Amino acid sequence: MSAVAERPAAAGSEVVDRLATHWGEAPTVRGWFATVDHKRIGRRYLVTAGVFFGLAGVSAMAMRTQLAGPEAGLLSPQEYNQLFSMHGTAMIFLFATPMLFGFGNFLVPLMIGARDMAFPRLNAFGYWVFLFAGVFMWASLPAGAAPNGGWFAYVPLTDEVNSPGLHLDVYTLGLLFLGISTTAGAINFIVTALKLRAPGMSLNRVPIFVWAIVATSFMVLFALPALNLDNALLFLDRRFGTHFFDPDAGGNVLLWQHLFWIFGHPDVYIIVMPALGIVSAVLPAFCRRGLVAYPLVVLGIVSIAIISFGVWAHHMFATGLPQLSLTFFSAASSIITIPSGLQLFAWLTTMLLGRLVISPPFLFVIGFIITFVIGGFTGAMFALTAFDQQITDSYFVVAHFHYVLFGGAVFPILAATYFWLPKITGRMFSQRLARWAFWLVFIGMNVTFFPMHLAGLLGMPRRVYTYPGGLGWDPWNLLATVGAYVLAAGLLLVVVSIVHALRRGRAAPDDPWGGDGLEWATSSPPEPYNFAVLPEVHSRYPGWDPRTSDSVGIGATEDRILADGRRTIRTSELDGRYEQPVEMPAETVRPLVVALGLLFVFGGLLFAWYWVAAVGAVVAGVTVAGWLWPSDRSPEPAQVTA
Amino acid sequence: MAVLVLTGCGGDSPSTLDPAGYGARRVEGLWWVLFWISVVIFVEVMVILGWALVFRRRVGTRVRTNDPIRFVALTGAGLPIIILVAVYGLGLRDLAALGDHPDESAVTIDVIGHKWWWEVRYAGTDGVTANEIHIPVDETVRVRLRTDDVLHSFWVPELMPKMDLITGRTNETWLHAERTGSYRGQCAEYCGLQHAHMSLQVVAQPRAEFDAWLTRLAAPAPTPRTEAQRRGQVAFVQGTCAACHTVRGTAANGVVGPDLSDVGARWSLGAGALPNDRGHLGGWIANPQTGKPGNAMPPQPVPAAELPNLIAYLESLK
Amino acid sequence: MMSAGTPREPTAAGGVATVPGASVFAVETPAGRSTGWWGMVLLVATEATLFAVLLGSYFYLRFQAGPHWPPVGIEPPELVRPFIMTALLLPSSLPVIWAERGIRRGEQWRLRTGLATTILLGLSFLAMQATEYADNLELFTFTTDVYGSLFYTITGFHGAHVTIGLLMLGWLLVAAFRGSFDARRHERVRIVALYWHFVDLVWVAILFTVYLSPWL
Ligand code: HEA
Ligand code: HEA
Ligand code: HEC
Ligand code: CUA
Ligand SMILES: [Cu+2]
Repeated sequence: MSAVAERPAAAGSEVVDRLATHWGEAPTVRGWFATVDHKRIGRRYLVTAGVFFGLAGVSAMAMRTQLAGPEAGLLSPQEYNQLFSMHGTAMIFLFATPMLFGFGNFLVPLMIGARDMAFPRLNAFGYWVFLFAGVFMWASLPAGAAPNGGWFAYVPLTDEVNSPGLHLDVYTLGLLFLGISTTAGAINFIVTALKLRAPGMSLNRVPIFVWAIVATSFMVLFALPALNLDNALLFLDRRFGTHFFDPDAGGNVLLWQHLFWIFGHPDVYIIVMPALGIVSAVLPAFCRRGLVAYPLVVLGIVSIAIISFGVWAHHMFATGLPQLSLTFFSAASSIITIPSGLQLFAWLTTMLLGRLVISPPFLFVIGFIITFVIGGFTGAMFALTAFDQQITDSYFVVAHFHYVLFGGAVFPILAATYFWLPKITGRMFSQRLARWAFWLVFIGMNVTFFPMHLAGLLGMPRRVYTYPGGLGWDPWNLLATVGAYVLAAGLLLVVVSIVHALRRGRAAPDDPWGGDGLEWATSSPPEPYNFAVLPEVHSRYPGWDPRTSDSVGIGATEDRILADGRRTIRTSELDGRYEQPVEMPAETVRPLVVALGLLFVFGGLLFAWYWVAAVGAVVAGVTVAGWLWPSDRSPEPAQVTA
Repeated sequence: MAVLVLTGCGGDSPSTLDPAGYGARRVEGLWWVLFWISVVIFVEVMVILGWALVFRRRVGTRVRTNDPIRFVALTGAGLPIIILVAVYGLGLRDLAALGDHPDESAVTIDVIGHKWWWEVRYAGTDGVTANEIHIPVDETVRVRLRTDDVLHSFWVPELMPKMDLITGRTNETWLHAERTGSYRGQCAEYCGLQHAHMSLQVVAQPRAEFDAWLTRLAAPAPTPRTEAQRRGQVAFVQGTCAACHTVRGTAANGVVGPDLSDVGARWSLGAGALPNDRGHLGGWIANPQTGKPGNAMPPQPVPAAELPNLIAYLESLK
Repeated sequence: MMSAGTPREPTAAGGVATVPGASVFAVETPAGRSTGWWGMVLLVATEATLFAVLLGSYFYLRFQAGPHWPPVGIEPPELVRPFIMTALLLPSSLPVIWAERGIRRGEQWRLRTGLATTILLGLSFLAMQATEYADNLELFTFTTDVYGSLFYTITGFHGAHVTIGLLMLGWLLVAAFRGSFDARRHERVRIVALYWHFVDLVWVAILFTVYLSPWL
């Protein structure tokens, strides 16, 4: 039991009451739409992304069923192409990133000892945009107008001539729409982590997970513009007849690929980086010791974020680029394996020097290590251009990226789900169900994706809706399909175990695992204000540090309680020194209105109802103007002129 | 297990691990090096993991927080760097070998991608065919790749790694078969509805056979010999077919679909969608959309009486 | 459920306040940068990246397009007007800076005059751009070829940013006239100014790329 969590005398019941009135949100319908609480928003991200995962997973099951045997007729090529495009697009954009952002949203303020994100309303806005963009894209599937150009939508297949209809407009507009949410989230994470850390949390004490989220957010800020530009240009080409990708009028089809992968490669690390952060956060609790080589792990995170911008052409090794540039991108792609290796060995060493307790979250971490290493190896193989030219666009590549995406991201996400479930819901889950789920998922995952390596080596190209029998591919495809069903059963069991925990689970203690982070130093689930007294940090393991628990005990000064309003502490960027209290905004529906305005903008653009788009833009603009209007109530504190 | 499976598979599979060409052989060599290195490191990781799981499972208070940074740096970065540098060198050697293009004097083939079939032209001759490439064995032939519409990728796994066909440019690759035989190839870049059925066949044959084949291909198509064939030709040239298809030596000179001058000799119909036999040919002409839904040839309104003639004629073109 | 063995050393003496209160920190530090300021810096960073990839695409397309740039039939852009536009836009950052300095000392008139001057300069820039479009559209449009597409997309995109910047400045001006700012409250002025400086500086890159580079 954490000493920190015991109601400290400094924050007596009177203080707690005041905090509760300032931070509590009305349990009304309006309150539901108006909330700016990062925990509620984080939970919504998790649930919404989970639903999109289910949809994308069901699409994959349909694909796998079609591919179980040669020349199957379950799906028409039109259907198959929409399914695999939506599967890839949704898994990457609507599941992986938002799911990890959901954990970030819930956890970052708790881990750094703050009461909310830096921009709570922007945070709510980001969620609504994500929700609307996701619905925008998924709604096209039953209408038969879903994207069908694959998740990277190469031109000229995706131009107006070769893909008439709305399919690709849904893709370009949907991703542009979603990009607003991702960018807003990234800015919010960075500023939160820079400015709202608890006093004393200098950079060398920032939890690895927060480092990972921040590095990810920086990658988003510098990578996403390339995708947005790409999609905007494609939309202009398709709708308004520009010629960016039209070689007959001086355009260039490879521009699309360059821009896409300048985004796309960093994006795969945008997905995996927070997941690696999760691993670094889960391990210490079950190894009963701190993570070794913290500086190297941070270095690994930062260097992956940087190097990942210099490897994009490894997705274009077969396009006929000049040999010299091939050798450069090949070298960069090889180098980027090293920071991953560093992190891997930091985890392994932590385990070697720890005292292990094998509970479900830890099982998923072990599953992660095994699968991620396999996926990483095949990635390192592709880094060699000659090998990649042979194997690219085959099922071997499909195997690679599912090993890194499922192994590298979904396993950590499942570990995180079980690790923080008690904190998020206040309920414990059944270990038995969770263990069963792990074994089904682990076995199912490997039986699904390992055979794909073999099919690929045997010459099977990806993105085929069917294939001829007798080429040595049949058994592996059948096996993969069987595995996919086992996997689906395992994931279903995960859902069952969560529902079971919510319904039947016993109340969770504040700190069920003995974790080292500040999130364990508050109640499960946390109160709306997170901490009655904002803690002080003196080491890398505040949850294990008596000085931190003391800091919220008797004697905590008023400037860390801040109970006269919705306030939290702003600290300095580098060494986390106390600067001043900052006022946090109260609940409001304005973010929702702006997001709805944008939905009209993008819907209007999609159907070429430009006046609807214009109205949406005006509504959004006016609402933003009101939202940011300097209020007369809360005077801004003096700014010291430099 | 993987090794057993992979080496045990020969047969009909277009396996990258059963190379019959110089390019694919280089890459196969590289693969096995990479494979074994990976196995070794994987085993190393598993041993560490297993060790921890088996021997470090004891309950107790938190252990002393020593921090062996140097050990992590050595195992996590030091060793991998050494391995990577070596492997990168090997990879460069193979990349250079693949990038070593033959000169002008080699047999040169233009391959033009269409949704969803391959046009094949022998430079300097009149020889045109589709979805089938003949090459002389033990010689390096030049392949120039263009596309008429979207991106495609030229891949014959047993012979040579891929090269994409990029709209607005010409890419070059080469083929060098080390033994005679037929090798399956397939479009490897997603190109729309029938990307799945855009395959081709490369036939490597002795030089003399190849020369004879090319001479026949470059000559005008054979003239009809039977009454049925004659009627079929008339139906073909005067019917809708001629709008899209060429048969050299006749008035049919459409360019939308594949040149049919040697269609009777091809390995398949519709770029691997269907076998090339009498039944399928009739079915294809009547409704090409059943075997290859979405392809660019619409169902043809051929009168039932004419169909057998048309089939007879097309079959005679070889 | 795992519960025993929580790795926590016993807390000494039940936690008495031996730890320095956070007020100690507060005294020795200046107020520092606000979250809003950081938010704008990051927004500008990602927007700048957007312009960078856009201009990068310009050069990529240009050098892949063949020997003639602009393509045959289109003259390289005339330079007089863009230089005048530059002369309007670049200095327009100065009044904002002056306004911001003013309000830090509580001088409302400086804030209002400065903002108004900048808005005027920005509007004249947009007006010049409109006349430029009117002339150019007779020669080529954005569907003519890739050069036309690039020209109008890049300049139009920048124009849109100027417009948004002007809307923000106008919004500030209204608030300024309502007396929302004073010596202690002017963070919004500082933040909007940051955006305007960015819009301003990006123009230099555009001037070079779109107008000057075709002459090189
Ligand atoms: C989470 C996502 C993720 C991650 C982490 C990675 C990680 C890596 N990827 Fe992967 N990749 C994808 C997602 C990801 N990839 C996706 C989605 C695609 C396909 C897109 C598409 O076409 O649809 C792709 C495709 C892809 C390609 C192009 C293939 C092709 O289409 O032809 C290449 C080529 O270089 C590549 C390389 C790498 C490398 C070198 C790593 C490295 O970061 C891996 C590093 C990790 C390790 C190596 C393991 C641990 C390290 C050690 C144990 C140390 C010792 C190791 C060595 C000495 C090697 N990836
Ligand atoms: C994070 C990324 C991610 C994840 C997790 C997955 C998961 C899976 N993928 Fe995915 N896949 C991609 C990313 C991902 N994929 C990408 C980027 C592509 C490339 C697309 C392209 O080429 O453009 C691809 C392509 C791809 C292909 C190749 C298609 C082709 O080239 O023709 C195949 C084929 O088998 C496949 C299969 C699967 C399967 C069986 C799963 C399974 O793991 C799925 C299991 C999940 C479920 C079965 C859902 C179960 C969920 C529940 C039971 C919960 C339900 C709850 C609610 C609804 C509340 N995928
Ligand atoms: C509108 C154009 C069009 C018309 C008319 C047309 N075809 Fe085709 N045909 C095509 C195209 C395109 C293909 C290639 C389809 C593919 O493989 O994707 C094709 C393929 C074929 C093939 C298979 C060739 C091969 O090597 O795979 C045959 C045989 C054929 N057509 C015969 C005919 C006959 C006979 C007629 C007239 C009765 C006809 N076509 C009319 C466009 C046409
Ligand atoms: Cu052509 Cu795929
Ligand atoms: Cu990559």
